Amino acid sequence: MLAFIIRRILQSIVVMLMVALLSFTLFRYVGDPVVSMVGRDTTFEERAALRETLGLNDPIVVQFGRFVKNASMGDFGISYEQRRPVIDLIAERAPATLELSFVSGLFALVVGVFMGVYSGLHKDGFLSKLFQSVSLVGISLPPFLIGILLIYLFAVILGWLPSMGRGEVRQLGFWSTGFLSFSGLISLILPAITLGLFQMTLIMRLVRSEMLEVMRTDYIKFARARGLTNRAVNFGHALKNTLVPVITVTGLQLGQIIAYSIITETVFQWPGMGYLFLQAVQRVDLPVMGAYLVLVALIFVVINLIVDFLYYVVDPRLRMEGGAVS
Amino acid sequence: MSEQLLDVQDLRVMLPTRKGLLTAVDGVSMSIAAGEVLGVVGESGAGKSLTGAAITGLLEPPLYIANGKIELEGKRIDNLSYSKMRRIRGKQIGAIFQDPLTSLNPLYSVGRQLVETITTHLPVSDAVAKRQAIDLLKEVGLPAAEARIGHFPHQFSGGMRQRVVIALALCANPRLIIADEPTTALDVSIQAQIIRLLKRLCREHKTAVMLITHDMGVIAETADRVAVMYAGRIVEVGPVKDVIKNPHHPYTVGLMNSIPSIAREVEWLTQIDGAMPRLNDIPDGCAFHPRCPHAFERCRRERPNLIPMRNSQAACWLCKKEGADEQRQ
Ligand SMILES: Nc1ncnc2c1ncn2[C@@H]1O[C@H](COP(=O)(O)OP(=O)(O)OP(=O)(O)O)[C@@H](O)[C@H]1O
Ligand code: SF4
Ligand SMILES: [Mg+2]
Repeated sequence: MLAFIIRRILQSIVVMLMVALLSFTLFRYVGDPVVSMVGRDTTFEERAALRETLGLNDPIVVQFGRFVKNASMGDFGISYEQRRPVIDLIAERAPATLELSFVSGLFALVVGVFMGVYSGLHKDGFLSKLFQSVSLVGISLPPFLIGILLIYLFAVILGWLPSMGRGEVRQLGFWSTGFLSFSGLISLILPAITLGLFQMTLIMRLVRSEMLEVMRTDYIKFARARGLTNRAVNFGHALKNTLVPVITVTGLQLGQIIAYSIITETVFQWPGMGYLFLQAVQRVDLPVMGAYLVLVALIFVVINLIVDFLYYVVDPRLRMEGGAVS
Repeated sequence: MSEQLLDVQDLRVMLPTRKGLLTAVDGVSMSIAAGEVLGVVGESGAGKSLTGAAITGLLEPPLYIANGKIELEGKRIDNLSYSKMRRIRGKQIGAIFQDPLTSLNPLYSVGRQLVETITTHLPVSDAVAKRQAIDLLKEVGLPAAEARIGHFPHQFSGGMRQRVVIALALCANPRLIIADEPTTALDVSIQAQIIRLLKRLCREHKTAVMLITHDMGVIAETADRVAVMYAGRIVEVGPVKDVIKNPHHPYTVGLMNSIPSIAREVEWLTQIDGAMPRLNDIPDGCAFHPRCPHAFERCRRERPNLIPMRNSQAACWLCKKEGADEQRQ
C-alpha cells in the first residue's frame, strides 16, 4: 500500500515536470520574453541588460530549474498584458471556475447516477427510453450550442435565469463565493448545466450499462436466491459493484469539466480562469497561458491520485496486499 | 394433498422468441418428501436449471411458467407476488449455484453476507446473527471461523467458497435446498468432499435437497430418488437403487454407460451418439428417437408418457410391453 502511494506520487511528479517543460518551452521560445516586456523605444543595451538580469543567458537547464522552482512556489512571472503577477490573476479567477466546476460535477454525478440506476433497473421503461434520448442530445450537441439554447430559452424567452456573470459575489478571505447569495446561486444554474451535461450523460450511460452487466452476474442471482430485499440487492450489492468504473470516469471527467470550462465561461461571460486563458491566448500573454497549463495539469494529476485511493476504499481485492488465498 | 414437502404438477416453462413460443420445460411433475434427496440428471440443455429456477420463482424474463402448479408444504407458491416469494427464498427454499467463485459478492466480507441473509429472514440482532454465522462457518468446516468471518471471498479457495455458499443457503434453516450443479466448477479432488458435506448437513438439519447434476455417479452415491430429464421432460423417475440396477429408458441406460464406476460391469464406456435437440427442433413423438438404438415406428409418431413400472416410471414405448410383462408376472 505504502509502496503504491509512493510510486503513484513519483509518477505524478514526473508528469508535472513534463508539463512544466512544455509550459517553459512555450514561455521561453514562442516569442521573445524581452520583446514582450519592454517598450518599443528601449535601447539594445537596455534589452541586453534586462536579458542578463532575467537570466535568459544562463544555460537552458539552469533556466528550466529556476522555472520549476519558481512555479512550485506559485511564481509564474508577470502578465505581459496586465503587468501584474500571474498568480494573482489566477487566484482572483480560480474561485469562479472551481465553484462552477464543482456544481457541474455534482450535477453530472448525482443526476447521472440516478438516471443510470433507474434505466439500468427498468431497462424497457418509458422513462429509461426518455433518458436515453435526452442523453443522445447531451452527447451530440456541442456545449456552446447547448449554452446558447439554454440562454435563449430560460433567459431570453422565459426570463427566469440570468444569462451572464456570477451574480452577487461575497468575499471570504481570498475566496470569492457565489454560494452565499440568491443571485449568485441562480447564476450558477445555466452554466453548470451547460458544462456538466456531457458528463452527466456519460455517467448515466456508464452506470446504466454497468448496472445491466452487474444484474446478470451470479452473485446478484445468488443474492436474490437468498431472499434479500430488492433494495438490498439493487443498491447494496449491484450499485456498489458499479462504483469502481464510475469513480474512474467521474474523476477524469471532473478534470475535463475544469479544462472545458473555457468554452462555457466564454458563452456565459463567467469571470473564471478559462475566460482569463482565452483572453491570454488572444493577446499572446504567454506567462498566463503557461501557468494555466500547469494548473490544469496539476488538477488532473491530483484527481487521478484521489481516484486511485478511492479504488482502495471501495474494492477489498485491491486493499489487501496479494490477497492470499487459503 | 399428500405430506410431500414440494409437489410440482405438470410444470410447463415457455420461452417467447421472435419465431414463436418454445417450450423449455414440458409437463414436469415431481415431488420431494421432507428430508429426501432427489437427484435430477440429464445432459446439458435438458431443462434441469429452468425447473429449479421455476421452483424458486427466479425464472429470467422472458421465460415464464405457462402451466402447472408448484406447492410447498401444501401451499401454492407459483402464483405468489415477487415480494411474497422473496420471503420464501432463502427462508424456506435455499439455493446453491454452480460456481462458488462468482456466487459471492466480491466487495463484501463473507460475514457481512451471512449476517445480512440471517437478519433478512430471522428476527435477530446483528450481534446474534454474527454468532450464528460463526457457528455455521464452523459447521461447514471452515477452519478458524472466528478469524475468517471478516475475510473477503477472494481470500478463500474455491472449495472454501463453496462451503461459505452452503452456509449461506442453510443460514435461515430452509426446508428445501435446490443445489444446481454445486460441484461442477470445483476441482475434481474436492467435489466428493463438498457433496458429502452437503449431504451430511442436510441430514442433520432435516433439509430436503433437489440435487441437479450431469453426473450419474454423484446421484448414485447421494440421492434417494432420481429424475432423469431429456428435452424438457422427465423420462424416468424412481428410487435410485431401482433405476441404477434396472434402468428402463434407453436414455438412462446410455447415461449410465458413460459413468466409469457404474459401467465397470459393462466393460466399455459409451457416449450416447448425437446431442440434445435444441428447443426449436425437438423431434415429434419420443424426443429421444433420433438417438435411440431401439427406436421403432411408434416412437416417431407418438410421444410416450411416464408409464408406471414396479418401482419406477419411465416414458418409453418399450416399457409398455415390459410393464405389462411385469404386471403379468
Ligand atoms: N434465459 C434463457 N433464455 C433463453 N433460453 C434459455 C434461457 N435459459 C435456458 N434456456 C434454454 O432452455 C433450455 C434448458 O436450459 P437449462 O438451463 O434448464 O438446461 P440444464 O439442463 O440446466 O443444462 P446445463 O446442464 O447446461 O445447466 C436450454 O436449451 C437453454 O438454451
Ligand atoms: S420411446 Fe422409442 S425412441 Fe423413445 S426411448 Fe423408447 S424406444 Fe427409444
Ligand atoms: Mg443448468
